[in-house]
Amino acid sequence: MSSVALRLEAVSHAFHAGTLNEVRALDAVELELERGTFTAVLGTNGSGKSSLLNAIAGSLAVAEGHILLDGREITHWPEARRARLISRVFQNPFTGTAAELTVAENLALAEGRNGRRWLRRTLDRERRAALENTVAELGMGLEDRLDSPIGVLSGGQRQALTVLMATMVRPSLLLLDEHTAALDPRSAEQVIRLTHRAVTAGNLTTLMVTHSLTEAVRLGDRVLVMHRGRVAYDLRETRRRRVREHDLLQLFDQLRWADRLDESAAEMLRRAYL
Amino acid sequence: MNLLVGALTIGLILALLGLGVFVTYRIYRTLDLTADGAFGLGAAVAAALLVRGFPALLATGLAIVAGMLAGALTGVLTTRLRVSPLLAGVLTSTSLYSVSLFVMGSGNVSLVSADGFVSVAERLAHRWFGLPESVTLFGAIVGGGSIASLGLMLLLAVATALLLALFLNTEIGTAMRAAGNNPQMARALAIDVNGMVVLGLCLANGLVALSGALMAQYEGFANIQMGIGALVTGLANLLLGEALLGRRTLGRLIAGAVVGAVAFRLVVGAAIRAGLDPNALKLVTAALVLGVLVLPRLLRRSGLPTEAGERV
Repeated sequence: MSSVALRLEAVSHAFHAGTLNEVRALDAVELELERGTFTAVLGTNGSGKSSLLNAIAGSLAVAEGHILLDGREITHWPEARRARLISRVFQNPFTGTAAELTVAENLALAEGRNGRRWLRRTLDRERRAALENTVAELGMGLEDRLDSPIGVLSGGQRQALTVLMATMVRPSLLLLDEHTAALDPRSAEQVIRLTHRAVTAGNLTTLMVTHSLTEAVRLGDRVLVMHRGRVAYDLRETRRRRVREHDLLQLFDQLRWADRLDESAAEMLRRAYL
Repeated sequence: MNLLVGALTIGLILALLGLGVFVTYRIYRTLDLTADGAFGLGAAVAAALLVRGFPALLATGLAIVAGMLAGALTGVLTTRLRVSPLLAGVLTSTSLYSVSLFVMGSGNVSLVSADGFVSVAERLAHRWFGLPESVTLFGAIVGGGSIASLGLMLLLAVATALLLALFLNTEIGTAMRAAGNNPQMARALAIDVNGMVVLGLCLANGLVALSGALMAQYEGFANIQMGIGALVTGLANLLLGEALLGRRTLGRLIAGAVVGAVAFRLVVGAAIRAGLDPNALKLVTAALVLGVLVLPRLLRRSGLPTEAGERV
């Protein structure tokens, strides 16, 4: 196998295509993620970073281009099929878990992510005991609440369990969609630490969309800055080169400056020709 | 006494309807109007086959298959053609009205001379347990057929409820509950949500059709009007059961569907005996469902404490 886990070739997608409101969410994006690397994606609102994640997960069917995972073309795979290889943690902690099902049932479903489900009992004694151990490793005392509906837990606890669910069966690719943005600072810190531990332990290929420059430089080996549906900046080996939040802020300023330039240039052309 | 045995038997037959509605209403949170059509279809298919001399078991089995197909149709309409669940159910149910008419050949089929489950149960009970032709229960004479039917229905309803509970705790069953509870999460865990919706509708309407098929055999006729209001009746069973047993666990919900159906028939039987016009039955059923759904909200508004997190 090559060292490339995920590869995007000229992936484009437009919302409201062919109308005046057309928005180019993804504009011929080219991207390669090396196996076992952690890539953080930054960008302004509407820059296409969420679309990028959705396109890879399959909740957005892209209009053009190819998406390859481990060398296999998955462009036309439905979301559920991709989920056997790609796991995902959502921004909203309630999205990643089924509230009415118990903690153990949620975890057991995650454990069955890459296989066939059949008429075996979901939770026999053996499996329940194994799950109890897995949850105990979180160190949050949740092993005592295995049979509670997961909906009675706090957002932070649910998000921690979602991270566990996304990583307990090793995915080919882990997608994190601003997964700490909806949490209080304390829970966010806990989830970040948990994420870091799981990613390191499994040597996972990870793509994380975030608004937090701190998280981006702290976790990412590589930082992408998206703008107008394109990868505007691609900073590699950010940790070794000690890239700081401050450097990223400067990049954002540059983007903003370039935007203004665009607009004034367009205005000049309009004046000259209309 | 005969009335009581009859009410219990019908209650247990309708418990299967309640279990079907439980699958769509509690697991998928949709009101699946296919139930009305599937109940009538089950009755129609069983009746049409019985008058042609098919054995009761086969006729009932094929009625279940017909109901499952009806559920699959609604499922395909919602998942592949993106029709809203409510409209899909109405469309299927409406078209099933014609299908049932075709199957029966007329609006009413008598099963008086057919060999339905009642006579089968009577024969088996006679052969295995030596059940006499009539029994004296608490001073009243009850036909052996009635007792045998009640026993068979009790067995069937309890076994079905148990099987459903076991199924919902298998990997597929758990995936199904997740698909109903949080489709986005289910997809992210590689669960084919559309497939699960179709499967759930098949299961639900198979149960509903079974209930219809048994009802036709018990009543001794199939009528094209039989299915009307089946969904609301099933809901009434379910909600009454939840009021009696609570809804804290899956087991309670499932047991509630059975207990609620029986309790509901007992109340109905008592009311009719006390002088309620049987024609008012559907009106009363609908009013009961509305009452159970709305009452908690009204109570909350008036400041009285209600169960937390209750939602209609």
